[in-house]
Amino acid sequence: MSETGELLTQNAVGAEAAVRKAGGKRELSEGKKAERKLGLWLCAPAALVMLAVTGWPIIYSIWLSLQRYDLRFPDQQAFVGLENYVTVLGSPYWWQAFGITMMLTVVSVAIELVLGMTLALIMHRTLVGRGLVRTVALIPYGIVTVVAAFSWRYAWQSETGYLADLFAGQTDPLVNFWSSMGIITLAEVWKTTPFMALLLMAGLALVPDDLLKAAQMDGASAWQRFVKVMLPVMKPAILVALLFRTLDAFRIFDNIFVLTQGSQGRSSVSIQAYNNLIKGLNLGIGSTMSVLIFITVAIIAFIFVKLFGTAAPGSDEEGRR
Amino acid sequence: MAEIVLDKVTKRYPDGALAVSEANIEIADGEFIILVGPSGCGKSTMLNMIAGLEDISDGELRIDGQRVNEKAPKDRDIAMVFQSYALYPHMSVRENMAFPLRLAKVDDATVRAKVDEAAEILDLTQHLDRKPANLSGGQRQRVAMGRAIVRSPKAFLMDEPLSNLDAKLRVQMRTSVSKLQKQLATTTVYVTHDQTEAMTLGDRVVVLRGGLVQQIGSPQFLYDNPANLFVAGFIGSPAMNFMPATLADGKVTSPLGDVTLTDRVRQLVEAANANRDVIMGVRPEHFEDARLIDDAARGGGVVFKSRVEVLESMGSDKYAYFNVDGRHIESQELAELAADAGTADAGETAMALVTRLSAASGASEGEELDIWFDADKVQLFDPESGRNLTYSG
Repeated sequence: MSETGELLTQNAVGAEAAVRKAGGKRELSEGKKAERKLGLWLCAPAALVMLAVTGWPIIYSIWLSLQRYDLRFPDQQAFVGLENYVTVLGSPYWWQAFGITMMLTVVSVAIELVLGMTLALIMHRTLVGRGLVRTVALIPYGIVTVVAAFSWRYAWQSETGYLADLFAGQTDPLVNFWSSMGIITLAEVWKTTPFMALLLMAGLALVPDDLLKAAQMDGASAWQRFVKVMLPVMKPAILVALLFRTLDAFRIFDNIFVLTQGSQGRSSVSIQAYNNLIKGLNLGIGSTMSVLIFITVAIIAFIFVKLFGTAAPGSDEEGRR
Repeated sequence: MAEIVLDKVTKRYPDGALAVSEANIEIADGEFIILVGPSGCGKSTMLNMIAGLEDISDGELRIDGQRVNEKAPKDRDIAMVFQSYALYPHMSVRENMAFPLRLAKVDDATVRAKVDEAAEILDLTQHLDRKPANLSGGQRQRVAMGRAIVRSPKAFLMDEPLSNLDAKLRVQMRTSVSKLQKQLATTTVYVTHDQTEAMTLGDRVVVLRGGLVQQIGSPQFLYDNPANLFVAGFIGSPAMNFMPATLADGKVTSPLGDVTLTDRVRQLVEAANANRDVIMGVRPEHFEDARLIDDAARGGGVVFKSRVEVLESMGSDKYAYFNVDGRHIESQELAELAADAGTADAGETAMALVTRLSAASGASEGEELDIWFDADKVQLFDPESGRNLTYSG
């Protein structure tokens, strides 16, 4: 009995010394180590696949972006450092596309947020035919973007489209700059609002019923309950939804491609990259553009996560501002 | 300050389920009233109807003599404390407590003064700038109370406000809720399923079962004179012992032996027009170790012999458990109580008898013990209706 007691104290002293040796860092117990090892092994397959299908293409396009590499002139391939970046960032076409993309992103995400919230509230509150309402609301999201874009195109085509007929008169709505921008936004909003609504509905489920009842007892009107209780409590979910949609919207391609082919200065950055990379066969410039898009998307994500404190719903314990 | 009157208030859900049926309750100004009953008895529904969170299907709810059925919660000037506390997680304690005042557009200086005053009463002053997530359960509960009292409303409604606290804290908070209510003298309706809270807190207790009011009265009156089997079984811990018995010529034949009723009890039973088959109820504290009863008192009761199965010494007194032969009592009310207490599937073959003996008793486990019980304290119930045949209200 006393021996084991002594042993235990020795062990404890030993462990303490080990902790001190590690420079204040606590040594992990055997169990913890094994658990960590198992964790790494379990993650390994997924990590490898990720590296193969996303890591490698990213690194390869960064490499390509540092080359002069035009498939029409394969002989002239050479390492040119950042020259491609200077070319792209000095080009007015790039900046115009950038501006258009930003505008489309901000406008469509803003509209989606408002509509998505409305839709989420409706779906959340619906008592009868809940499943049906949710399914119907999600249909646009289930349709392939290109297919949806074509149906919008036919609808807006002058002479033949039924929507174009409604606004018959002056110019072809798909040719006019502002009306075509509106149609692109409309197609985007129509397509992705259900996604926004779905994410926001998950956020609505985070607001306990008691909280709304309490606010009602405290004298809050329906609007005050929404603004002062629901929105702040849902904030994490809203930020996640906004982040997802902003990143997605910034890469807009299909709708613009089908509706206007990005003609007359209405192309997005993704269309520009496509034009240079696939149509123009200029691997160097095209890759530079995709790397720039990647960087922009990373910056947007960084802003959301670091400045707005976007986190997984529910983990926002401190109520960061 | 207000009196609240429920006049045949009924709640019927669209699917036809009746949650509250024609409840008549008059709550006096400044009274502390408890709604108690097993889960699903309609007590929370009743509270929500008073609050205005649920519509009243039928009947009339009056606050200070005015019909408020159609009024929105915010126009009823009532504050509510929720079981989950329902604190706004994004607001500090101060903002939480100030919220109802801000909505009422009270000026900043008054808000500050009122919140400070409430924080003082509830001992929350040093926590005012913290977020609810950083508070302990007891502190959160006090913030919820604070949010209710800052407004000085006409009435407080409390929906099981202490049931999320651990046992020790609950006892402590129970006394402070009681003190606070006396201090503020505001009409309070308090819902609980804990009968200790019901007994200790309220001026009057309303016992509910399946949406029907069973009995209304002071805790002691309900304890001494339960109107029926359900109230008798619900109020009191450990619960009253019930056993089947037959009644004939002022004498009750029970598994504990023949009981000659005292004159008082016999008169009550005769007036109640009792049948032959009855259910006999005896509270645990009306039993005593026969060795401690002097001969003079012995005659007023019945002595029976049984083996002590389990003995629990609580220090102040001793709980002795016996197995008594006797057929199972078929009673909807008792089955409901057992289901609520979670003892429905305990699967006892013989009937368990719980007795509370005085600490001086020398009883030991396994001993064949003579136990005496007071014949005057015996209560008889009608097995069909559950009505108390010895009720003297």
